[in-house]
Amino acid sequence: MTKTSSIEFKASKSHLALLEKLSNANGISGNEGEIRAIIRKEIAPYTDEIKVDAMGNLLAVKHAKVKNQVKVLIASHMDEVGFMIANDEGDGVFAFEVVGGVDDRQLLCKTIAIGKEKVPGVIGSKPIHLLEGDELNHIVSPSEMRIDIGPANASRVKVGDYGAFATRFQQFGNTITGKALDDRLGVAGLIELFKHVPAHVEFMAAFTVQEEIGLRGARVAAYGFQPDFAFALDSTPAIDLPRPDDEENTQYNCKLDLGPAIYLADAGTLSDPRLVRFLSGLAEEYHIPYQYRQPGGGGTDAGALHKTRGGIPTVSVSIPGRYAHTAIMMARISDWENTIRLFIAALQNINLDLLKVERS
Amino acid sequence: MKKLLQKLTQIPGPSGFEYEIRKAIREEVTPFANSIAVDTMGNLIVRLGKKASGGLRVMIAAHMDEIGVIVSHVQKNGFVRFSNLGSYFPRYLSGSRVRFMNGVRGVINNDRPEDLSKIPPVEKFLIDVGATSDKDCPVKIGDAGVFDREFLDMGKRVASKALDDRASCMVLIETIRRIKSTPNELVFVFSTQEEVASRGAQTAAYALEADLGIAVDVTPTGDIVGVKMQTHLGDGPAIKVRDVGMIADPQVVTWMVAAAKKLKIKFQMEVLEVGTTDARTMQVARSGMLAGALSIPCRFVHSPSEVVDMEDMEQAVKLLTALLSEPIKL
Repeated sequence: MTKTSSIEFKASKSHLALLEKLSNANGISGNEGEIRAIIRKEIAPYTDEIKVDAMGNLLAVKHAKVKNQVKVLIASHMDEVGFMIANDEGDGVFAFEVVGGVDDRQLLCKTIAIGKEKVPGVIGSKPIHLLEGDELNHIVSPSEMRIDIGPANASRVKVGDYGAFATRFQQFGNTITGKALDDRLGVAGLIELFKHVPAHVEFMAAFTVQEEIGLRGARVAAYGFQPDFAFALDSTPAIDLPRPDDEENTQYNCKLDLGPAIYLADAGTLSDPRLVRFLSGLAEEYHIPYQYRQPGGGGTDAGALHKTRGGIPTVSVSIPGRYAHTAIMMARISDWENTIRLFIAALQNINLDLLKVERS
Repeated sequence: MKKLLQKLTQIPGPSGFEYEIRKAIREEVTPFANSIAVDTMGNLIVRLGKKASGGLRVMIAAHMDEIGVIVSHVQKNGFVRFSNLGSYFPRYLSGSRVRFMNGVRGVINNDRPEDLSKIPPVEKFLIDVGATSDKDCPVKIGDAGVFDREFLDMGKRVASKALDDRASCMVLIETIRRIKSTPNELVFVFSTQEEVASRGAQTAAYALEADLGIAVDVTPTGDIVGVKMQTHLGDGPAIKVRDVGMIADPQVVTWMVAAAKKLKIKFQMEVLEVGTTDARTMQVARSGMLAGALSIPCRFVHSPSEVVDMEDMEQAVKLLTALLSEPIKL
């Protein structure tokens, strides 16, 4: 196959402004309304149908323009890891629960924004002067931590409110940092893809809820859509810094600057090999940088999507990011752009003949 | 049966990569089947019989996949790092050999652990395929393989890799061959991805909408010191009462026991405290179905040398053939 056409996509100022807006907005699992509202406004001009289902997934369709259509579902999750206020202990001090997977060591002395009003607070910590004996070697459990907002705002926070890391988005050249880039990078990508849907594709977008606590939104989203193919567009950790002992880093998961990470196997999904070959073939053909995410643990919405009803051919593609599930994540704009290029190529080329060969 | 069992066990089919074993099984069952299909997840679906009065639609599943490895990284010095497909015990790894789907073979060993008395986790193991660098390494990230271990004929008993669950695939094939007539609509599913939580059976169960689901799988035995279990090698097929993922429908258990008694087949009851089978997902598919399981006792499950008793398998075939050939009243 020779293709003369190439696929160009560059992030504009407005793309970065949207990424910034999405990163700074708060949407802890179960409380994705703020993110949903932003997305809805962005995609409204490009969609034929849009609805919010019982779980809170934002489901949008752009219809195919021809009869022989291919139904393609792409899912990106709106939710992020964060906190829920669990007990009011008076004077603006609150006990909390962690929502989603966060390393306990990432919590101390982080600034937090609580509820719709984004009431500022801090997860307090004992200063080093006062640590005694074994305390220095002990990981503090979240049950021992408190969110402290000060007495003045105490009445503005109540049990059940959600809290998010208060990190603000930043850009320096090709690098961006911010909270919740897992998976606002995917969300921003999926929003962009509405502008690149070819005529033969019945385009189904699922902006899912509650991915971080067990793929709960994706499960029902795919059940309703019944697509021919499903893709999870997510973000995955890059643990690609050199090892301190100078040995070869053999467990990096994926690396920054190498482009979209195509999944082969994770804890929830063994990717459909037909789609893995399809994507890597397109990447080669269009000279789009790509990498394989290392087989191993972890998972994406694909874990729910592919087992829906009688089974859906599914693969995940993720934008690499360092320091995932902490207050601040780092990613490259070029990796985001190349991920979108790969998806544009996939939409242009996807066809039902891919399923004529048995899964192998 | 032994010869075919040998062939089936030696074909590599790690979870998600069942295409070679599927081809081999398809060849064996084609002359006997009404129809054969392969679904999205790669399940091989073999239909036999039509639902007559008093008959049910029955899904009978045995999984084709086996535990294996998948390459996660090739080092500059040619060592291959890998992740597990399915769960296994790191203690079996060092000194084992692997065979990849592309035919490449290699040996497994591990980084030197800080504490020699402890078995390191899977990430600390490596495969040497004879490569001198990442440039000349014949496998790449994503290539899957299985434990390489020849079939050993020990007379009444045999040892091999992948008897979990090729022993049950063998039982299904032989049952398909022996069923002369049936009032039931039988759907035999040679399922995929059981070792990673029965993903193939889950989607097949949804699609097939059966009245009754039966999983045939191996079950560990209580033959070694330290394992208190009633099932023993050579005491006949085991009728499952419960495992970690499923409580068999009591009607199904009673039905199986009655048939075994009537045929004077030696059988045993199974209460399993580790693991589960495809029946777990079948039981809760859609609005639920009657489900149970028939187990082949197997020693050293998930090691490169599992052991089964040929007579246990023969009796399982007899029981299953009888169960499926008659009207089922549940």
